[in-house]
Amino acid sequence: MALIGSTRRSRATRVPPVVLAFVLIPLLAEAFWVFWPALQGFYLSLTSWDGLAAPKFVGLGNYSEMVHDAVFRTAAINTVLWLLLFGGLSAALGLGAAMLLQKERRGIGFYRAALFLPVVFSLVATALVWQAMYQPDGLINNVLEAIGLGGWKHAWLADQDTAFYAVIVPALWRQVGYVMVLYLAGLKGIDPALYEAAKVDGASRWQQFRYVTLPQLRSVNAVVLSVIVIDSLRSFDVVWALTRGGPYHSSELLSTYMYSTAFQSLRLGYGSALAVVIFVLAFGVIVSYLVRAFREAD
Amino acid sequence: MTATHATAHSEDTESKAGPAEVAAPRRSWLHSRKLRTTGFHLTASLLSALWLLPIVLVLITSTRTFDDIAAHGVGSWPHSFTFDSFRQAWVDGGQQRALINSMLVTIPTVALSLGLASMAAFALSRYDMPFRRVLLLLMLGGNLLPPQILLIPVSKLSEVLGIYDQLYALIGVQVGFGVGFYVFVLHGFMRSIPGEIQQAAVIDGAGPWQIYWRIILPLARPALAALTALSFTWIFNDLLWAITVLRTDSQMPITASLIGLQGQYVSMWNVIAAGSVIAAAPTVAVFLRFQRHFVAGLNLGAVK
Repeated sequence: MALIGSTRRSRATRVPPVVLAFVLIPLLAEAFWVFWPALQGFYLSLTSWDGLAAPKFVGLGNYSEMVHDAVFRTAAINTVLWLLLFGGLSAALGLGAAMLLQKERRGIGFYRAALFLPVVFSLVATALVWQAMYQPDGLINNVLEAIGLGGWKHAWLADQDTAFYAVIVPALWRQVGYVMVLYLAGLKGIDPALYEAAKVDGASRWQQFRYVTLPQLRSVNAVVLSVIVIDSLRSFDVVWALTRGGPYHSSELLSTYMYSTAFQSLRLGYGSALAVVIFVLAFGVIVSYLVRAFREAD
Repeated sequence: MTATHATAHSEDTESKAGPAEVAAPRRSWLHSRKLRTTGFHLTASLLSALWLLPIVLVLITSTRTFDDIAAHGVGSWPHSFTFDSFRQAWVDGGQQRALINSMLVTIPTVALSLGLASMAAFALSRYDMPFRRVLLLLMLGGNLLPPQILLIPVSKLSEVLGIYDQLYALIGVQVGFGVGFYVFVLHGFMRSIPGEIQQAAVIDGAGPWQIYWRIILPLARPALAALTALSFTWIFNDLLWAITVLRTDSQMPITASLIGLQGQYVSMWNVIAAGSVIAAAPTVAVFLRFQRHFVAGLNLGAVK
């Protein structure tokens, strides 16, 4: 029986050449536009290059230059801060919104859509919407004035102390709905019997959240974590559109510093080295994502 | 998804909650339940209003005149109403050209990446491909790379190919970079299609191409619809690849051209707002039309 089954299976699934081509063509496209450039990127990080003459091999020179580069240090610290603040807040707010809007009831579709709508905007459009609100004569300052906090008025994007945080807010506004959708699906997957059992045991609402909801959301949390880390390290558009990393690099991220170093200062070798640093930061998350994907691919 | 479904569900939970609180007097129970519902709607509508405020604001700003904004400030109540800013952004600001460019890039990219990805996913999920899992993870891994590591080599590569500053370069890199993710998602979906269907087709003499085109692809429609909605917004909203392989203003797709508009119309907030509305309209339309697919797509992509 097993023998018949296996021979039939292997006949049905023997790999014809055309099927091989089905895999090879997309693989070649990706190899051409991603794998090959990525290898070049790693090599270029070991060179000094202005894009015109041939790249000059300098070993780890670019990396040792970073040690003394104050802008690099600011950008690296900001990137980590961005990861923690943008990541932590979007996870917390997304979970909060999902908890609030989890029960199917009248009007819920509208509320969910309202929170989700910004997700479909480009980060540049998002940035421009908020840029108008941040102006000295914009809505935010007007509201502060109206509620008697006129002393807090600010040129939010032009001040070194506030620019970084002023850039995070629009990014959050757009991300929360996305995280909410992921958590909504996770919450839907929790067996209601677990809550019934917790209620029978006299668990308070907080205890239900702490001992039923959170542990049950573990796999979704892992997803959210990878999404957030990968998105954080990719964050570029919103900063570029709002401040270009300024004023005085106060809102600089590694991604924006890499772009301006490479394409404006034309220091392609150093820019590549900065990109490698971003890759190293993302590496752990990429690997853990792939490990989970590997298990799922069974 | 429909209103009737939602009400049926909430009535169901209400009747379930009933017996648990039967000890309390019925009147006060009803009262506190009503209070809770009001509290919920109050919180939720406040939150929604807060979230929608920037959108309402940009719509209002886009219909004001420049003189109004200059006189009263960008954050004041509107004192004017006009659609002239849209004409300015559309014609003088080059948004019409940019939107055409966006469509010229987005539509072929979506079609090409999903076409290629569905072929690879079909082969990997329906046949005993050697190194199946390694290939799958290799392709997914490429998509997870931070794009920064690719920017410089990709811009040089497109120069070498002679397509720098042409939309082909943008289509090429977007297809190459995105395809791995779509393969992974579609593979997961196609794997769940029962093998008997395929075996029956093999016995009827169908070749791989026919099985792919006539059987698997139609069955994978839900996943393809979800990915179409999702990838459309991703590609349409892209900035980084566009400014990496394109240089001329007239070649830029809409997202990149917004940056140009921002530089060209400094503090003319009505034109910038109109430009943002134009740039956001297509993805909002896709979202409103395909909301269900869109949300499904986001969850499909989430590896558990």
